[in-house]
Amino acid sequence: MNPLISLSAYDLMLAALLVLALVGLVVRLKLGIAQQLVIAAIRTTVQLLLVGLVLKQVFESAQLPLIVLIMLVMLTVAAWEILSRQKRKIKGWWGFGISVVSLFVSSFLITLIALFFIIGTEPWYTPQYAIPLLGMLLGNTMNGIALGMDRLIQTAWQQRAVIEQRLMLGQTALEAIREIRHESMRAGMIPIINAMAAAGIVSLPGMMTGQILSGTAPVEAVKYQILIMFMVTAGTGFGVIAVLHLISKRLFDRRDRLRFDQLLADKKI
Amino acid sequence: MLKVRDIKLPGLAPISFELAAGECLGVSGESGCGKTRLLRALADMDEIEGSVCIDDVCKTDVSGAEWRKQVALLPAESQWWFDSVAPHFASEANLAALGFDDEVMHWQLSRCSSGEKQRLAVLRLLANRPKVLLLDEPTANLDPENTRKVEALIAEYLASNRAVAIWVSHNRAQLERVATERYFDFSSADMVEIKQGVPS
Repeated sequence: MNPLISLSAYDLMLAALLVLALVGLVVRLKLGIAQQLVIAAIRTTVQLLLVGLVLKQVFESAQLPLIVLIMLVMLTVAAWEILSRQKRKIKGWWGFGISVVSLFVSSFLITLIALFFIIGTEPWYTPQYAIPLLGMLLGNTMNGIALGMDRLIQTAWQQRAVIEQRLMLGQTALEAIREIRHESMRAGMIPIINAMAAAGIVSLPGMMTGQILSGTAPVEAVKYQILIMFMVTAGTGFGVIAVLHLISKRLFDRRDRLRFDQLLADKKI
Repeated sequence: MLKVRDIKLPGLAPISFELAAGECLGVSGESGCGKTRLLRALADMDEIEGSVCIDDVCKTDVSGAEWRKQVALLPAESQWWFDSVAPHFASEANLAALGFDDEVMHWQLSRCSSGEKQRLAVLRLLANRPKVLLLDEPTANLDPENTRKVEALIAEYLASNRAVAIWVSHNRAQLERVATERYFDFSSADMVEIKQGVPS
């Protein structure tokens, strides 16, 4: 097995030169995104270096309260990200609560199951496993949850006359939005289904690539990648189902009346 | 049979009335005066104070969906969500009464005129066998011949099912034809007796 070739600061500067060359060309052709490119490149360098330093500390100390705190910060940021991707603003703390609950189902629970029953790390919160796994799950299931949520709210809003017509004909709330729920589930799940179908043929997933680069035997890397794929798929599915359930509940009242005023902030109505 | 007590619509005095089996109450009034809001309140589509009961069963005694199966609201503009007509019908409809044959079930809704949709919406409503019909301008898109057919179908339905109807229309002449004894005038917020001998 080849040991990992450590990258020096000089190596990274060479890679940075490539980005600088791109910036130079962009400026010359007046394509107008030079500033964003430079800022984003600086941000990624600083943020990743900081995370590297933090992870180094965390891995060395491996204290449970610190790890839980980091996990909670990750969850909060991901929930915020889901909300910022919604075209229609959900009222008050409800949107945040719905995002947190669905991310908890899609990422926290699945990560815990993997740590306890599948990988079986000792102790379960061994940070080398717990933090990257949770990060992978949050990052990947967040997309599906945000897509499913946005599709449900947008479609229900556009079709509110149809939903009310169906209620007037004596359908229950769930019957009246059955097709919209199917569509939203599809919207949330299609990216991960496509990713599973294309894995290994069209794309080599990032985590597997990373492990192979660091010298892991390809078959071992593949096994971890399959584990992650299944976890992400299950997590996304459960997360989208949770979101559809919670938003459907909030979209109607106890008398099965359509109540956008309960769900959406006033400004956009 | 239908008992309405103290329905409080914003900006209006509380509305109360009772209808006996077979009766059809006409409702008239200017646009925006609350006619549609009254129908929505009766069908429990909006959260409104006041009680509505059919015989001894009040709306809060059953689920929202159960109530709306009994108290059917026909909106001014009907909505359709499948491509063809058939899947919108939960049970058998009296197609011939409004001049359709069985072929209509295979029609694509994108090719139906607004008048055809309106007649189909009336049939779809009656197919549920509701006890109370809330009709919001049911013949607004129809020619005189089809207007008469709808009026006759509703009258026949009310008589043979011991049902009641509330019929909203801008057309005073139509209300005098369909309303059995009285109509509700929003401009005076009161019931008005239809005098004997109004030409029909």
